[in-house]
Amino acid sequence: MKTKVLNTPIRDEDILDLTIGDMIYLNGYMVTGRDDVHQRVVLGGKKLPVDLRGGALFHAGPIMRERDKEPGRYDVISIGPTTSMRMESTEDAFMAATGVKLIVGKGGMGDRTNEGCKANKVIHAVFPGGCAVLAAGQVEEVLGVDWLDLGMPEALWQLRVAQFGPLIVTIDTKGNNLFERNKKIFNEKKESAIAEINTHLHYHE
Amino acid sequence: MNHAEKASKFIDIMARFTDYSSKHLPDDILLRLREMRSEEDSDMANIFYDAMFEDLRLAHELSRPCCQDTGMLQFFVQVGTRFPLIDELSELLRESVIRATRTAPLRHNVVEVFDEKNTGTNVGTHIPWIDWEIIPDSDEVKIYVYMAGGGCSLPGAAQVLMPLEGYEGIVRFVFDRITSYGINACPPLFVGIGIAGSAEVAAKLSKKALLRPIGSVNPNAKGAELEMRIANGLNAIGIGPGGISGKSSVLGVHIEQAGRHPATLAVGLSTGCWAHRRGLIRIDSEINYEILTHKGATI
Repeated sequence: MKTKVLNTPIRDEDILDLTIGDMIYLNGYMVTGRDDVHQRVVLGGKKLPVDLRGGALFHAGPIMRERDKEPGRYDVISIGPTTSMRMESTEDAFMAATGVKLIVGKGGMGDRTNEGCKANKVIHAVFPGGCAVLAAGQVEEVLGVDWLDLGMPEALWQLRVAQFGPLIVTIDTKGNNLFERNKKIFNEKKESAIAEINTHLHYHE
Repeated sequence: MNHAEKASKFIDIMARFTDYSSKHLPDDILLRLREMRSEEDSDMANIFYDAMFEDLRLAHELSRPCCQDTGMLQFFVQVGTRFPLIDELSELLRESVIRATRTAPLRHNVVEVFDEKNTGTNVGTHIPWIDWEIIPDSDEVKIYVYMAGGGCSLPGAAQVLMPLEGYEGIVRFVFDRITSYGINACPPLFVGIGIAGSAEVAAKLSKKALLRPIGSVNPNAKGAELEMRIANGLNAIGIGPGGISGKSSVLGVHIEQAGRHPATLAVGLSTGCWAHRRGLIRIDSEINYEILTHKGATI
């Protein structure tokens, strides 16, 4: 398990040597995007209003507070990762359309994203789920917001982050997928756990 | 205190308690998380536990919701028939949610079905969701505040099995859901199982099982034993914090049951994430309150 700091714009060579289980921290440019942003870009065919080449995407729906005396300026209150798997059906197309290099979320993603990561040279990493105040402290500035009509959680928030992490690499550019590997192990252990419990279920006379 | 003053005080207390519950975990969950952390010996799992406890420390220090997903507000109400605000209770809880949404602040989490628009207030059609239990000959109310996050609501499911599928069918159903969907739901998870005669009863009981404090057991000895065996079995899988793998998987497993139909065996499953934001408050007829889930809490 190695530790590495990534700075945006991220180049292919910055991430090619990363392997699942490695720990990274991010400095630089990151936007939030979840279900509705993927819906608009991939299914709706709309162009992302920001340049995400070499940047990072955070599967997250934050709590933001608009400044009293500066309308349109926001501070982040709480921002943790959301379930990445919800974006599985569209993430490969999103990568191809935007040039994003790092995707941060929670939990695993599937084979389609795995293939997308390999083809587009992208990595997926997880931020510890639920740790939203910790993450908020690593956001230096909310640079702006687009698509606020989608509501606070679904809007496209643009952030500058510093030492954002810990992030654990869960899909690398070589086709490895930490959660898919874990799932196999969990499913094998599941069968023996179920078999053991079933020997104790004699409730009928 | 006149009736209007009581109503206003009630809204104030419930808004502040809802706000508080978004920022602090209940005592039983904290205790269990500390135990699980102390048993963990893998580096990666400990990176997760360290982040979780640092997050809780910051949430307390900065008075911010510990998770950005402050969920949909659900209230499980046990109201005495003589509680003075019983008639307007649902309207007062709605007002409390609107106020806590501004003060905490809570994330806007209510999307109206068909309109597909976020209401921006955390209230909407039938939301906050209120579950009612009427308590005869009582003039007080006990209210569970529960924040049902999206991630930990996703593994939820109910199914009506045929009786010959047996309790083995229930065990299989629970393990399949947890290993396929639970890993993304911010483990270690709190697993609630309902067993009944129809889907909606089993589903509702599965959520009520998550209101019981960790360490309490099913009143039926066989039920208590099955809780323990399912918990041990899930822990043996070693899902770990965040699904990253580790020594254990669950905060606990609770089962609640209702009588079933001879021809049906329904099972419901609800899961709570590690940040299980559940608060219990008792309010008397003079609108004095006592917080039962967070010792020493000041709101």
